[in-house]
Amino acid sequence: MPERRTIKTDYLARVEGEGAMSVRLRGDTVEHVELRIFEPPRFFEALLRGRSCLEAPDITARICGICPVAYQTSAVNAIEDVCGIELPAPLRALRRILYCGEWIESHALHVYMLHAPDFLGYDGAIELARDEPAAVERGLALKKTGNEVLALIGGREIHPINVRVGGFYRAPTRRELRRLVEPLERAREAALETVRWTAGFDFPERAVECELVALSEPGTYAIERGRIISDRGLDIGAAAYDEHFVEEHVERSNALHSRRRDGGTYLCGPLARYALNGAALSPLALEAAREAGVEPPCRDAFRSIVVRSVELVYACDEALRLIESYEEPDAPFVPLEPVAGVGYGVSEAPRGLLYHRYRIDADGTILDAKIVPPTSQNQLAIEDDLRAVVERYARLGDEELRAVCEQAIRNYDPCISCATHFLDLQVERL
Amino acid sequence: MNGRPKLAVWKFASCDGCQLTLLDCEDELLAIAGAVEIASFLEASSAEVEGPYDLSIVEGSITTPHDAARIQEVRRVSKALVTIGACATAGGIQALRNFADVEEFTRLVYASPEFVSTLATSTPISAHVPVDFELRGCPIDKRQLLEVVTAFLHGRRPGIPSTSVCTECKRRGTVCVVVAHGTPCLGPVTQAGCGALCPAYNRGCYGCFGPKETPNTVSMTRRLQLLGLDERDVERVYRTFNADAPAFREASSGA
Repeated sequence: MPERRTIKTDYLARVEGEGAMSVRLRGDTVEHVELRIFEPPRFFEALLRGRSCLEAPDITARICGICPVAYQTSAVNAIEDVCGIELPAPLRALRRILYCGEWIESHALHVYMLHAPDFLGYDGAIELARDEPAAVERGLALKKTGNEVLALIGGREIHPINVRVGGFYRAPTRRELRRLVEPLERAREAALETVRWTAGFDFPERAVECELVALSEPGTYAIERGRIISDRGLDIGAAAYDEHFVEEHVERSNALHSRRRDGGTYLCGPLARYALNGAALSPLALEAAREAGVEPPCRDAFRSIVVRSVELVYACDEALRLIESYEEPDAPFVPLEPVAGVGYGVSEAPRGLLYHRYRIDADGTILDAKIVPPTSQNQLAIEDDLRAVVERYARLGDEELRAVCEQAIRNYDPCISCATHFLDLQVERL
Repeated sequence: MNGRPKLAVWKFASCDGCQLTLLDCEDELLAIAGAVEIASFLEASSAEVEGPYDLSIVEGSITTPHDAARIQEVRRVSKALVTIGACATAGGIQALRNFADVEEFTRLVYASPEFVSTLATSTPISAHVPVDFELRGCPIDKRQLLEVVTAFLHGRRPGIPSTSVCTECKRRGTVCVVVAHGTPCLGPVTQAGCGALCPAYNRGCYGCFGPKETPNTVSMTRRLQLLGLDERDVERVYRTFNADAPAFREASSGA
């Protein structure tokens, strides 16, 4: 009988908190893999009932301190969908610049502080800074620029206060926005350097095989809105999401797992966006990708750190382009006239597709809400990766195997990533 | 303290935003890491040094039986314990369950409620263990966090004002949104610390730093009603991120 061993993580955080991982092997054969999420439930969908739809962006921001703008944007998209509000171009541009700020902040955090230490053999960025201070300082400077964008347009970095249904409470002047140009230009250089840096890492092997799902908008790299498409022919509006995707509740997890209605696993996030919309990246971002040898599409899970770095270049580039052409709006927001009905909103959170659905009554009170975050959609794909990675690297000793498992989970920046360097994988030999 | 003081960061039910504030100190982070030994901070590093810790920073509220036991252990290994953010100091947005039926909440969100282990309430850390200092905000303010960490490392009380947001509007030179535009604003009863952000963006304060010291919520409620808020609206404005802070809980129940 081959030896059986169990590799466990008791505190895999960053599923917006707390999770665990467990892998059971007999010899080189994987018997069982599970990603267990035990982050205490906070019941957002329940506590939204009876609230005003105008409160949805402020309340749902609190789901995630790392990507609050994603929650705010999907929420306002959904409420605007019910009430038939279309934003004028300047307000749409502001929303997209703000979102670029969040991508920069969140991607810089993940690439430099949560993921790169795995590739370079450090416990974290602070330990890495002792040997590579210039790299860590570059990451912190990038992150700071993302935060400057969030603070200027949103009022503050975490849980911005300026986002409202129909636009903003106050729109910045052209002059105010111009203050971001110089830091963003520097950040763009740092992002290009980030692509070169990460492309030079050593990568374990794992090709993603499942369906890739992302938003799509003609002529652009979809971020703050779009239709939902996949590499297997899916092309639907947000309103059809529930017809094609289903969430299930399994015992091991306080996060719901999503799959396609036909049972298939799918993946959203940087690899999916890159594969489906890569051609719409800016010339500079594409050039950086080419030089780094990761032209889209890229199905290599461990190279997601390079893809995320290319998205950093794009987010800086795109924010600069939008600031350059920004015209001050006539009014900071489109007034809301509540309409009874159901609205659907989607956007591309740094980690992938974020879906919101609200049913409201004629006075704007929320009757029910449904929110599907990217991490619950990616959970099954992460488990598939873990299974494949463990099989491939089963001959490694427990410590090395533990390290590569952690690294594989962090490929998805799981808002398990809110928990990422929390992976305390324990190995038990039976 | 021998050598560098040991700092630990702990998470309970929360969005991670307040501990992220520490990583958002981009200009100061490496200096902090030089001045203290970051002994346990799982969002930033997998390295862990055993306690006891000179300073523990605690984020999040207590919502599960497991966490109610874990906070006792955290207190046991911490010389000083500081809570950060509305979840840790007042129970957070998830304390809205304290006004509702948690079984109903569970059924609404989860198809198989029997899999979920949760307490009927979300409570602040101070309801479970003695706390040396509470830093307010949803999220906390970066400068205030640096002040608190610095103060504890030097063995002095943090200089954190407990006055109202109004004082910050005046200092900032922001025209009062209530007086000038009739915008409902919780500034008069909310603790300062954010720098009076919302009024500077033409919006009323929504109370994310929780009640100030001795807030006059009776007068505040009367003003909100004069501005056109009905009973349900008044209840909503007090019941957000600090809903179960005593002064806001009473104000929302008396509406």
